[in-house]
Amino acid sequence: MFKFLHQLGKYFLLLRKVFAKPEKPSLYYKQTMRELVSLGFNSVAIIAIISFFMGAVITLQTAYNTENPIYPKYLIGLGCRDSIILEFSSTVTALILAGKVGSNIASEIGTMRVTEQIDALEIMGVNSASYLILPKVIAAVVFNPFLTLMSIIIGILGGWVAGTAAGVVTSQDFIYGIQYAFIPFYITYSLIKTVVFAFIIASVSAFQGYYVDGGSLEVGRASTKAVVYSSVLILMFNVILTQLILS
Amino acid sequence: MISVKNLNKSFNDKNVLSDISVTFETGKTNLIIGKSGSGKTVLLKSIVGLHDIDSGEIWYENTLFNKLDFAEMKQIRSEMGMLFQGSALFDSLTVEQNVRFPLDMFTDQSYEEKEERVNFCLNRVNITNSNNLFPAELSGGMKKRVAIARAIALNPKYLFCDEPNSGLDPLTAILIDALIKELTEEYSMTTIVNTHDMNSVMEIGEKIVFISDGVKCWEGNKHEILNSDNDILNDFVFANSLAKQLKSVNR
Repeated sequence: MFKFLHQLGKYFLLLRKVFAKPEKPSLYYKQTMRELVSLGFNSVAIIAIISFFMGAVITLQTAYNTENPIYPKYLIGLGCRDSIILEFSSTVTALILAGKVGSNIASEIGTMRVTEQIDALEIMGVNSASYLILPKVIAAVVFNPFLTLMSIIIGILGGWVAGTAAGVVTSQDFIYGIQYAFIPFYITYSLIKTVVFAFIIASVSAFQGYYVDGGSLEVGRASTKAVVYSSVLILMFNVILTQLILS
Repeated sequence: MISVKNLNKSFNDKNVLSDISVTFETGKTNLIIGKSGSGKTVLLKSIVGLHDIDSGEIWYENTLFNKLDFAEMKQIRSEMGMLFQGSALFDSLTVEQNVRFPLDMFTDQSYEEKEERVNFCLNRVNITNSNNLFPAELSGGMKKRVAIARAIALNPKYLFCDEPNSGLDPLTAILIDALIKELTEEYSMTTIVNTHDMNSVMEIGEKIVFISDGVKCWEGNKHEILNSDNDILNDFVFANSLAKQLKSVNR
């Protein structure tokens, strides 16, 4: 318990350093642009592929589990849409990004720590925490909502393709279903979750990397911890946010 | 001038440095020598503020460095340059970008002025036609030289070198030593070099502090070190059998 509180305190102290006034905003801007490419654009392909197949599976599962004449076929489209918007595109995408981006952040910063690059920044008088972590947090928080929106669109597209190709739903029924009783606030809810999850992924992973002590073995461990802790926190905050926003 | 007074430092109740007091002089190459694990790097990192000390004082000229907050420390740190054991070049930046980094961060110079300064520093350490290479593409000696170029980019008053010769062949090591000495004299810097390389000691040791098990055991220069009566120092300096024989003949 004491260790947990110690780590929590350390995390918030690091955040205080991260959100200090930048030394040279123009350099931070450039760094943020680099991170947008590295953490954001480079995740587009994996999110697109996963979302497409996720949507496809949801549609097929819904179809095979509602094979009853009582249920109208458009429910398959509706189920696919709501599952993707409410849960899959925000939470599952965040869990995938925790693996891809989180381990990347932790290992990059951890390697910089063990090779004394962070010490070199400190010696120059640079706030290393802010310079290294703030652009990553901004990039993740800004770009992940776009990834979520993209995931929603591709997920539904995947559902439509799989559903019509497998012949479990007609194109007309599916499209009617995804339009039926649509609540726009669900998109807002999904994006709010995405922003919080993005912050968790970037900050928790950076924290793990920033305080690495040792060598390559510890960098590997930090990377694993980053993924595990981020994932657990994402699932925990998923419950909290759902209760807070949808109740 | 940098003065250290009664410095103590421990990690998890293990005393690493005990009551170290020493003055490092301006315009001279000051060496901290000692076995691996003797506390040299901890001392150097304490002096530059990378480690918080348990007690004692670290003075940069008339400023008590270890009592400053981060913002005040920044002022003195802008006058520091440091060469790390593994060079600590930024992997994602090219040679040119590495040397330009402190200029980008702390000056408002135009691109051309920075470019001129970068090329001057790289030429000064004999690095040419490598501006666009990444650290991974450089040899150990080149990395050290680029790290020195980055360290001197802002014309520092203080230069710190942690094991500048580690992993280098003897000839390259001598070149790096000579470069450090030349730059120290040229810019009248206060230079502190951590080393356990006796070639360095004999090449550039204008002031030498010997640390053993976290305690300062001896202080002098490269001429005095050969005639010292300090047994612990002699064990370190004349570690190999040939040197031991020479020492006994000398006596």
